[in-house]
Amino acid sequence: MTPEATRNYFELFQLPPSFQLDLDRLDRRYREIQARVHPDKAAHLSDTEKRLFLQWATLANEAYNTLKRPLDRARYLLRIHGVDTREEDNTAMPPEFLLEQIEWREELQAAVALKSLTALDGLAARLRKEMNSLLGSLATLLDVERRHPAAADVVRQLAFLEKLGRDIDQAQTELEE
Amino acid sequence: MLLQISEPGIKPLKPRRIAVGIDLGTTHSLVATVDDQRPKVLEDGQGRVLLPSVVHYRADHTVDVGYEAIAWQNDDPENTFVSVKRYMGRGRDDLPETHNAPYRFADVPGMVQFETRAGTVSPVQISAEILKALRERAIRALGDDIAGAVITVPAYFDDAQRQATKDAAKLAGLEVFRLLNEPTAAAVAYGLDQAAEGVYAVYDLGGGTFDISILKLTRGVFEVLATNGDPALGGDDFDRAVYDWMLREAGISAPNAGDARRLLSAAREAKERLSEQDSAPIIAPLSDGAAVRCTLSRETFDTLTSDLVKRTITPVRKALRDAGLSIEDIKGVVLVGGATRMPCIRKAVADFFQQPPRVDLDPDKVVAIGAALQANALAGNRGDDDWLLLDVIPLSLGIETMGGLTEKIIPRNSTLPLARAQDFTTWKDGQTAMSIHVVQGERELVSECRSLARFELRGIPPMVAGAARVRVTFQVDADGLLSVSAAEQTSGVEAKIEVKPSYGLNDADITRMIEDSYKHARHDIEARRLREQKVEALRLIEATEAALAEDSELLSADELVVIHENMRILKETSDGNDWEAIKKAADALNEASTEFASRRMNHSIRKALAGQKLEELDA
Ligand SMILES: Nc1ncnc2c1ncn2[C@@H]1O[C@H](COP(=O)(O)OP(=O)(O)OP(=O)(O)O)[C@@H](O)[C@H]1O
Ligand SMILES: [Mg+2]
Repeated sequence: MTPEATRNYFELFQLPPSFQLDLDRLDRRYREIQARVHPDKAAHLSDTEKRLFLQWATLANEAYNTLKRPLDRARYLLRIHGVDTREEDNTAMPPEFLLEQIEWREELQAAVALKSLTALDGLAARLRKEMNSLLGSLATLLDVERRHPAAADVVRQLAFLEKLGRDIDQAQTELEE
Repeated sequence: MLLQISEPGIKPLKPRRIAVGIDLGTTHSLVATVDDQRPKVLEDGQGRVLLPSVVHYRADHTVDVGYEAIAWQNDDPENTFVSVKRYMGRGRDDLPETHNAPYRFADVPGMVQFETRAGTVSPVQISAEILKALRERAIRALGDDIAGAVITVPAYFDDAQRQATKDAAKLAGLEVFRLLNEPTAAAVAYGLDQAAEGVYAVYDLGGGTFDISILKLTRGVFEVLATNGDPALGGDDFDRAVYDWMLREAGISAPNAGDARRLLSAAREAKERLSEQDSAPIIAPLSDGAAVRCTLSRETFDTLTSDLVKRTITPVRKALRDAGLSIEDIKGVVLVGGATRMPCIRKAVADFFQQPPRVDLDPDKVVAIGAALQANALAGNRGDDDWLLLDVIPLSLGIETMGGLTEKIIPRNSTLPLARAQDFTTWKDGQTAMSIHVVQGERELVSECRSLARFELRGIPPMVAGAARVRVTFQVDADGLLSVSAAEQTSGVEAKIEVKPSYGLNDADITRMIEDSYKHARHDIEARRLREQKVEALRLIEATEAALAEDSELLSADELVVIHENMRILKETSDGNDWEAIKKAADALNEASTEFASRRMNHSIRKALAGQKLEELDA
């Protein structure tokens, strides 16, 4: 098992491959692995070992981040099941969802025009709620009903909302400067 | 549930190796070590621990460093460099304040350089003089050469500034174990001293830089959740605010370089006095025989500097937001850096976090002590109580795309080390080269981010446009330093990469500078190489023996023979005086043990998780 050969992140942390995940356990196992493979542990070792530690620590971070963030975890699970979410070229969305998007964007523009941090904070909070509810349905689709194509649709919607979240964040940052 | 990290993956070496931690500060630098389990800051011959970060170049090309250099500040400002850390990895365009500096800037692209009577020098060379002085101090105090050093940098330093710091250390003849972020170093010192657990904020306002880091401390793990800051904000700016006020009060518009220095020193003295007193008298003699006399009250000072104080709060807010936390989540706020002695800062921090900040540790020494603790651990001197440091990249990395826009490839505050692969394609038939511009920063326009380097990829096999797939891998190591590799995917051809750092030196520059410093003694270079190779060989043999003692059952009899044979050859060659032969033998042993090392890692990880599962069952 070289770092590159470790294909499955769930296996790396020895956790069952499901969307609902024991995050405490993930945290602990991640730290347990990093405590052994972090480059700081190889400072007094040979160059070969230094390189190996760096590769392993990089892999552990990548794996941990993928499993920790729900949207990335969902994408990753779908990939394991052979479903490509095709976020770059599949932009077909239900019309209601698109209408909502337009409304979100208008609100964002209004908040930016008003230079209102409070309005942006409020928007960010509502967005989080909306995303949490979509994540709830994702859990059912992935772990219970195993409807992967439907899950991929929800992932695409969540990606939209996440992008919106980043734009709100950017607006907050620029306003604060 | 206990997190077991007490058993390190691989046992440390037996012989103690002397390692030091160096706080290379804008105004002061320090060196510390761990002696008999206890960290201690090393003194100069006169019992002083702080070395002023000041370097003076004499006509005969010798240098004064520290207090001796300060003495030249007023009389020879052009050749006396203060706060040079502000220029590390910076081009002239990045420096709004240069018009005030008394230096003669050389007209060169890339990192700023100064004309001195001893020739043109770069900030890297000036910093190297400070590091050399500290290295000599350590050798004198410890009676032995040092195996390596941990050098601290502001958490918010970008890649170019980090690289410049590492280059300075190389130039000073130091082996850099690690660049460590200053607030993280402080957290290590504080956390270990106070056995702290929970989420802490480290607010570090030094002479020239401001950092805020949010860390989670749990049993032996120091995890940075987010960091932010301002690499050009510190006590120096408070001095300047007072200085500007003094000029207004005295009706002076353009003081000469010597007067400007004197007035700045007076401003700084007054500022520091105001941390104890309500008002400070200022008397600064001028070169024309006149003098500036005035009295600065704390109230006036607070008004003059209120904008600077506010400027530190914005990064604090951003760091909290990036960490996904609010003020109530912060268990304690640790103050670091001399400038946090100012009452206006303490008040602003207390008001923002709604709790009094912690000042248990000496804000001048805490960073150097943390660095020394980490250096000791990295040298392999720690046995059972080891800890893990998880730090982050402070600023996003991106590449330039069409229309001068940045595409982020690595977001800020990602845990290090990390790598990201990105595919690129050709846009012309038969195209065999392409160029990638890497930038660091949060803005959308490339022009508003820091340019790090341009990578020239060559040797792509000629194909029709769009058919080649070049996978470029951006790797950021634990020091926050970027390296790039590339391979064409369809043919498997490794593209050759030529790096043009925007503000740094390339490896050839560094080698040349090191060799220049030995110019008159060729055999010095050879002697140095031989010594380095011997140390390296010894280290490798010891590491291999330790590994074999622990895990030789992971090898077949044949494999064992090969490793033993390579080890024997290395032992034999390293008794001789041919550094190239030693290096070759070391490389061979490294090569022969690659598979072994890899098996040992798998073994160690499996063991770790098995141990943890048992604990989970127990719990
Ligand atoms: N009593 C004091 N009151 C106010 N300011 C002080 C006091 N003592 C020191 N300072 C200021 O602290 C600054 C130096 O702090 P410190 O030595 O921590 O910085 P540094 O480590 O050299 O810089 P940096 O960390 O930014 O690279 C100077 O601006 C100095 O004037
Ligand atoms: Mg400092």
